[in-house]
Amino acid sequence: MATEYAVELRGVTKTFGPVVANDRVDLQIHRGEILSLLGENGSGKTTLMNMLSGIYYPDAGEILVNGKAVTIHSPKDAFDLGIGMIHQHFKLVDVLTATENIVLGLKEPGRLDLKAAARRIREICDKYGFAVDPEKKIYDMSVSEKQTVEIVKVLYRGANILILDEPTAVLTPQETARLFAVLRNMKADGKSIVIITHKLHEVMEISDRVAVLRKGAYVGDVATCDTDPQKLTDMMVGHAVTLNIDRPEPKERTKRLEVRGLTVRNQYGVKALDDVTFDVYGGEILGIAGISGCGQKELLESIAGLQRIETGSIRYFPADDGGQTEKELVGMSPLAIKKAGVALSFVPEDRLGMGLVGSMGMTDNMMLRSYRKGLPIFTNRRDPKKLAEQVREQLEVVTPGVNTPVRRLSGGNVQKVLVGREIAAAPKVLMTAYAVRGLDINTSYTIYNLLTAQKIEGVAVVYVGEDLDVLLELCDRILVLCSGKVNGILDGRTTTKEEVGLRMTNLQEKEGAAQ
Amino acid sequence: MTIFSSQLFMSAIIFGTVILYGALGEILAEKSGNLNLGVPGIMYLGAIAGLAGAFFYEMSTPDPNGFLCLVISLVCSFAASCLGGLLYSFLTITLRVNQNVTGLTLTIFGGGIANFFGGALNTLAGGVGQISVASTSAVYRASLPFANDLGSFGKVIFGHGFLVYVALVLAVCMAWFLNRTRTGLNLRAVGENPATADAAGINVTRYKYVATCLGAGISGLGGLYYTMDYVKGTWASDGTIESLGWLAVALVIFATWKPINVIWGAYLFGYLRWLYNYIEGLGRSSQEIFKMIPYIVTIVVLILVSIRKKRENQPPASLGLSYFREER
Repeated sequence: MATEYAVELRGVTKTFGPVVANDRVDLQIHRGEILSLLGENGSGKTTLMNMLSGIYYPDAGEILVNGKAVTIHSPKDAFDLGIGMIHQHFKLVDVLTATENIVLGLKEPGRLDLKAAARRIREICDKYGFAVDPEKKIYDMSVSEKQTVEIVKVLYRGANILILDEPTAVLTPQETARLFAVLRNMKADGKSIVIITHKLHEVMEISDRVAVLRKGAYVGDVATCDTDPQKLTDMMVGHAVTLNIDRPEPKERTKRLEVRGLTVRNQYGVKALDDVTFDVYGGEILGIAGISGCGQKELLESIAGLQRIETGSIRYFPADDGGQTEKELVGMSPLAIKKAGVALSFVPEDRLGMGLVGSMGMTDNMMLRSYRKGLPIFTNRRDPKKLAEQVREQLEVVTPGVNTPVRRLSGGNVQKVLVGREIAAAPKVLMTAYAVRGLDINTSYTIYNLLTAQKIEGVAVVYVGEDLDVLLELCDRILVLCSGKVNGILDGRTTTKEEVGLRMTNLQEKEGAAQ
Repeated sequence: MTIFSSQLFMSAIIFGTVILYGALGEILAEKSGNLNLGVPGIMYLGAIAGLAGAFFYEMSTPDPNGFLCLVISLVCSFAASCLGGLLYSFLTITLRVNQNVTGLTLTIFGGGIANFFGGALNTLAGGVGQISVASTSAVYRASLPFANDLGSFGKVIFGHGFLVYVALVLAVCMAWFLNRTRTGLNLRAVGENPATADAAGINVTRYKYVATCLGAGISGLGGLYYTMDYVKGTWASDGTIESLGWLAVALVIFATWKPINVIWGAYLFGYLRWLYNYIEGLGRSSQEIFKMIPYIVTIVVLILVSIRKKRENQPPASLGLSYFREER
């Protein structure tokens, strides 16, 4: 019987350019259940749910709500069908009150009556056990309160199907417990709830059923009571795939970086990195694995001098003289780190935001690295132009010309420009974050080969990646981050995908920051 | 001649009304996130269109009907200003051109076109400074018949043309609209966070267009009031409208984007503007310093507002930014 499902997805497919985000996904959401949608980063969980909430429109497949085929073109269509999504980034207007935000855009008959709306909001809060003050301004609220407003907003619009995108990522354990209590109340009221998550212990705690996505494809579903974290991890990471990335044995490993007890707090005062200790060697690729937001960004930015470091030290060994010329990087600005002769090349996650200037051409972007050279007043454009031509030729960058704004290039070509420039600076340590995100297979391999070539030349390469298969084939050692802590450093040649996956999701207290 | 003379208050209100219109229109546009620096140009457009409408009507008939004078000049002025706003909207909202550049261009464009047609009208009327729409101006300047019998205080309050009172009503209505109606709430959300408004099912583009065009129409009425009342139905290409337009933009900041504050702010600016005439023994240079006071006060307010960091007094959060849905 078709109508026993609140929502049914049949063969839903969504592609972004060359990347398939969702590949023929079939998924059912039952009435009155809490369903966990589990998967690694980039497995297409959020994209799939965005198609239910009207942000994206599927390329193929059909969506059935209460047994009827529907088309959802906009968030408003989703609301009309009783589907509401709470995004990771809240969509709230800061200077308005909770009530004003909740009634925003509603086409209710009659005059705007904020008092009546506030009364209804209080009723909803009492019914499900929320604590929120309708008169309070959003900018005065904590993250957890803002999330509550988002949930109430969805309920106020009569949603029966709630989708929460990683709701606990920004919450403290106490707030998480409160959220889960509320979700159980809503379930008891007959509402269907989907939680997008990759935290296994939360899956086990809150959900009735788990559906797993892997690389955009639907793997299967299982009742929570019939499974355990180990089985779920296996479903999530799948079997190892052979990629045939060339990985020569490291030669002449020389210590380049020594990170000791590094602790960094994020903007909310939560520890993003907690007592992180590891070494980086020239001539090898150190992979960094972890669920997104587990401190990878903070770690790289700390080394590049972009983070405020609470405690800990980062020592850099520029020459192979047994530590005679070592330098402490903590407390130095990015420019000072560069001026002191420290060769760090940093390919940031946000290519056009932090790496390149989108409206400038390749030549000018190359100049960002070299404009201090030459005569004091005049810049030297000849060398950067030569470099741009060279990068364009060697890395096969597809661009109308070296002066075309890089913003107009495709993601893969932008990445090639960035990596090419960083490598040209002849670094001793090359750090990359999500270097192949959004790139097609061929470009990805170009990037892998570039990194390996750097390794052979004796550069210490730090590779933050999402795809475990790549990490396992590209890296000599893999450091696993879990909630800002080092959860083991594994040998890339002997470890297994399951091992890495489990360490990503379960902090192993005993081993802690073991080397 | 004291600083409390009723004459000074009269002048302050007349001056204030010009920038009151300019600022009210600009608030409406800025609440939608459009920083329209074309206010001076739009006031020019409103001024010249109203004047031209009245001029041709008065030329066409030996005995102009006062009501028709009024309607024709009002409609011409409002329509021309709206068109200016529409041009700005099309460039900034649809084509996503930089708002500052567009606004400044519109100011130059409006001033140029108005002075060109002002000169042309003068030629038609028989020579430089010859244009006069006496009948229309009289309608705009007509005050209540009993105003002169109310003493100097009564004259300050009741002795003005109807546009002075329309501006007050408009300011109050706009405050009510922005704070108490559903549409006003939606408009504020568009200016603060268009992505959120979009997700809530609000048509961001439509709100921006309508607010900017209507706002331009209102700003343009300031220009109309200037020609019909302030300079009594004549045209002078001396750049006064432009300086008034900039003062209106400053007034929006001074009023921290609140229509009610604009009322007293406009009159205060008017008072400060004419104060130098009423202080004995000011030299030419000190007069110029006095004329600067409104701008200095605006800077002081800006400094105070940014020090206090009260969120309600800040400009709309997405002011000056174009919105493009796909840029998530």
